[in-house]
Amino acid sequence: MPLSAPSAAATVVASGAASPRPNAIRTAAGLRFCGLRREALGLRSSPQAVAARRSVAAAATAGNGAAGSGGFDYDLLIIGAGVGGHGAALHAVEKGLKTAIIEGDVVGGTCVNRGCVPSKALLAVSGRMRELQDEHHMKSLGLQVSLPGYDRQAVADHANNLASKIRSNLTNSMKALGVDILTGIGTIVGKQKVRYGKVGFPDNEITARNIIIATGSIPFVPKGIEIDGKTVFTSDHALKLESVPDWIAIVGSGYIGLEFSDVYTALGSEVTFVEALDQLMPGFDPEIGKLAQRILINPRKIDYHTGVFASKITPAKDGKPVLIELIDAKTKEHKETLEVDAALIATGRAPFTKGLGLENINVVTQRGFVPVDDRMQVMDADGNVVPNLYCIGDANGKLMLAHAASAQGISVVEQISGRDNILNHLSIPAACFTHPEISMVGLTEPQAREKADKEGFEISVVKTSFKANTKALAENEGDGLAKMIYRPDTGEILGVHILGLHAADLIHEASNAIALGTRVQDIKFAVHAHPTLSEVLDELFKAAKVKAAGVSLSVNEPVAA
Amino acid sequence: MAGLLHLHSTLLPSASALRHRAGAPAPSSSRRCFRVEAKIREIFMPALSSTMTEGKIVSWTAAEGDRLSKGDPVVVVESDKADMDVETFHDGFLAAVLVPAGESAPVGSAIALLAESEEEIPAAQSKAASFSSGASSSPPAQETAAPEASAPPSSPPPPAPVAVSAPAPPSPATQGGARVVASPYAKKLAKDLGVDLFSVTGSGPGGRIVAKDVEAALAAPKKAAPVTAARPDVPLGSTVPFTTMQGAVSKNMVESLAVPTFRVGYTITTDALDQLYKKIKSKGVTMTALLAKATAMALVQHPVVNSSCRDGKSFTYSSSINIAVAVAIDGGLITPVLQDADKVDIYSLSRKWKELVDKARAKQLQPHEYNSGTFTLSNLGMFGVDRFDAILPPGTGAIMAVGASEPTVVGTKDGRIGIKNQMQVNVTADHRVIYGADLAAFLQTLSKIIEDPKDLTF
Repeated sequence: MPLSAPSAAATVVASGAASPRPNAIRTAAGLRFCGLRREALGLRSSPQAVAARRSVAAAATAGNGAAGSGGFDYDLLIIGAGVGGHGAALHAVEKGLKTAIIEGDVVGGTCVNRGCVPSKALLAVSGRMRELQDEHHMKSLGLQVSLPGYDRQAVADHANNLASKIRSNLTNSMKALGVDILTGIGTIVGKQKVRYGKVGFPDNEITARNIIIATGSIPFVPKGIEIDGKTVFTSDHALKLESVPDWIAIVGSGYIGLEFSDVYTALGSEVTFVEALDQLMPGFDPEIGKLAQRILINPRKIDYHTGVFASKITPAKDGKPVLIELIDAKTKEHKETLEVDAALIATGRAPFTKGLGLENINVVTQRGFVPVDDRMQVMDADGNVVPNLYCIGDANGKLMLAHAASAQGISVVEQISGRDNILNHLSIPAACFTHPEISMVGLTEPQAREKADKEGFEISVVKTSFKANTKALAENEGDGLAKMIYRPDTGEILGVHILGLHAADLIHEASNAIALGTRVQDIKFAVHAHPTLSEVLDELFKAAKVKAAGVSLSVNEPVAA
Repeated sequence: MAGLLHLHSTLLPSASALRHRAGAPAPSSSRRCFRVEAKIREIFMPALSSTMTEGKIVSWTAAEGDRLSKGDPVVVVESDKADMDVETFHDGFLAAVLVPAGESAPVGSAIALLAESEEEIPAAQSKAASFSSGASSSPPAQETAAPEASAPPSSPPPPAPVAVSAPAPPSPATQGGARVVASPYAKKLAKDLGVDLFSVTGSGPGGRIVAKDVEAALAAPKKAAPVTAARPDVPLGSTVPFTTMQGAVSKNMVESLAVPTFRVGYTITTDALDQLYKKIKSKGVTMTALLAKATAMALVQHPVVNSSCRDGKSFTYSSSINIAVAVAIDGGLITPVLQDADKVDIYSLSRKWKELVDKARAKQLQPHEYNSGTFTLSNLGMFGVDRFDAILPPGTGAIMAVGASEPTVVGTKDGRIGIKNQMQVNVTADHRVIYGADLAAFLQTLSKIIEDPKDLTF
């Protein structure tokens, strides 16, 4: 799951912040975009900053009283200490709320332990391996590299150690701020009341003015597939990298499957994709998908079967390989049986909402997801908002990304603190960390056209190739495409898609513009350093033609009006 | 992989082109009819070699509706020699495909229409309707009212249709009912190298075919000299039309009838050469490379044998010595060229040769890699043939047919009887430029070089 690691970059437009806090970055809309805070990365804040924060937290708790205001144990109780819960907790403390967080497994949840963090570590290794093995590429730069190799255990350790480090940083950051970390599975037993406990220990019951459900998701395994954790497994197991198979079938060609194909092919495996829909990478903008296939799939030792389901997967045993039976997705007739060394199931993630006790408050999940409105407030079976109960992150299924979870958490805390807040999901970027990377924000071209047809406006598309970028060519990584979909009448940016070197970092200029409502005709005057990859976006902005009449900003005026 | 006609680098900043286009004013409606013609360009079937008159479209790399920048590959064309990627000269949108994949078109005829902007796509598509198959190559004068009958789609093209470039992956299970288990890379290699997976035995777990099995199957017929790939069964009792390549071979052979040729044979003792070959074989040197190098060095001393008669009344002396070596590949014959064979050292020559053979098998030779030969070598010795004469390829002066090297009983000068390895070579030459004495002298020099080959490995 993508998570832009060090701090998210947002343009700095101070809007009367009460007291400028060292690492707080505010946007004009009052939304704060925050992935993992500095502490989470082990970077020590200056002692003054820590002290300032501690004193604020202390003041808050002191102000609220040991029992929480209004007779509740806590102002805010968060069920689930993953990225969503953590982001919400930190923001809550800043707002002076007495906060507790319940975690039944490990702090950090999927992202830190079984997702973003270890996968990025593995992708970093695979990226380097791929580069070093690309003799042609090295030669063109004038380099000679003798047989590069890797030690599987050391690679796995790198990922595991990173996960441990970040997990402990997260835990410490919450502890340092005075968030109570409660261990156990949390169940909602009534309005503003939660019971939690560990197996074999007596349960505790606590009350909180507001409750946020942030229990996340687990890998979804379709029926008929037998998981043994060694030869047939999900991303949870894969990230431990206990083995590198010669031939692995990856069921599902979304971004998780794609990232793993990058890792495995770089480490020497051959990959076969099994995709139920008729084209690979169905979630991407089709043009990007086509180019991605040309760059990420065709030249690599990867083949694929589309339009098929894996109806039955049997793990390997007694010297026999893993057997995968493929049936046609429409007619359901048997098409083929694959014999491979391993199978990775990457068919999406299912929400983890069992045992939350939602039935106690008349909330019915939809395919496991908790129904919420635009403000992340939970809706009950009759369609009414359940007061003081929110659900963020993968559990509500709105946008299953780590940074979306924490953004939703922050939005909820804002609301709880008295400031209404609706998160604009179209401004949340997403990235796929293959080599080269893919990133996107907003609508795909077909989605934009549909919206345009429905609402009666025109859209325009501009594209540019990385081949035109000096920095990309200096690195000999000219493969790539960036495209922007916008409204030529207003200059509103509807979507930006990038495939190329460092795409995951480059997208933020676009996502910020969308979040702040910056128009193309304004942002085209922003200066980009040369030579950098960001000029790819500069090209897009400058190539856009907006018909809005009489818009001439003097170059000296600030960009975001 | 540029088509012959495309000389520009592909590293042109497309963005500046974008900006330029974006700045062009939209034509007013009154001028539309006049301007449309200029804004819809045709993509022509290029001439990929001087002998090509028609090309077959293997596949379209871009699809209708795609936006293209100058230099983007548009279509893959099968010429008489190899499959080539053809690029577009202009930015624009691929508005209409006139010749679908699998069909042929004459060189110079329009195979697709390129619209400069998206608005022009429907206009281009209606223009496409006026192109019947096999229409003349010159662009029609006016925008005609599109006859509904011959019907390319009139609705605006859908946005970027799905992956057209990648061919559908092979599904061995559906072929003939028998199942082949092959790893993804093995499948790719087999496809590129033209190896039939059903004929390969797998060495991987459970009998799986892995990449090295495919490579082994390829090298099986073995020997340093290039060999034929497994010949497919000929359908007896039926008439099979020539492929483009076979058509070209036939055309060349018929053309050669117009050239007055004569033949001179020579027997060369190869003991010293064989010894040398044994010594440097481990460094990747092949017999073909050795023969090519020896021939090139002999040609240095006899430039007239390296000349040709192009117009019937003059000598065309070539500035470089490029030895073309005939290679039989599946379904045809091609002559990859070792450029400047006299100047390149034997090791580089051998490496280059391997590269060329692989490319030839994969039908990926560039025109300059197969039509720049000045002297041709043809070797049938690996079949045990002792002598033959070859037909002179048009545009060159001479071709040398090499037979097998066999141990032969010879009488030596001092009256004794001995056994030497002897090989018979037979040169066919164009008597308009190469005369008997020239050829004989060349062969004498060649035999001296081969019988004392120390200079071959400088």
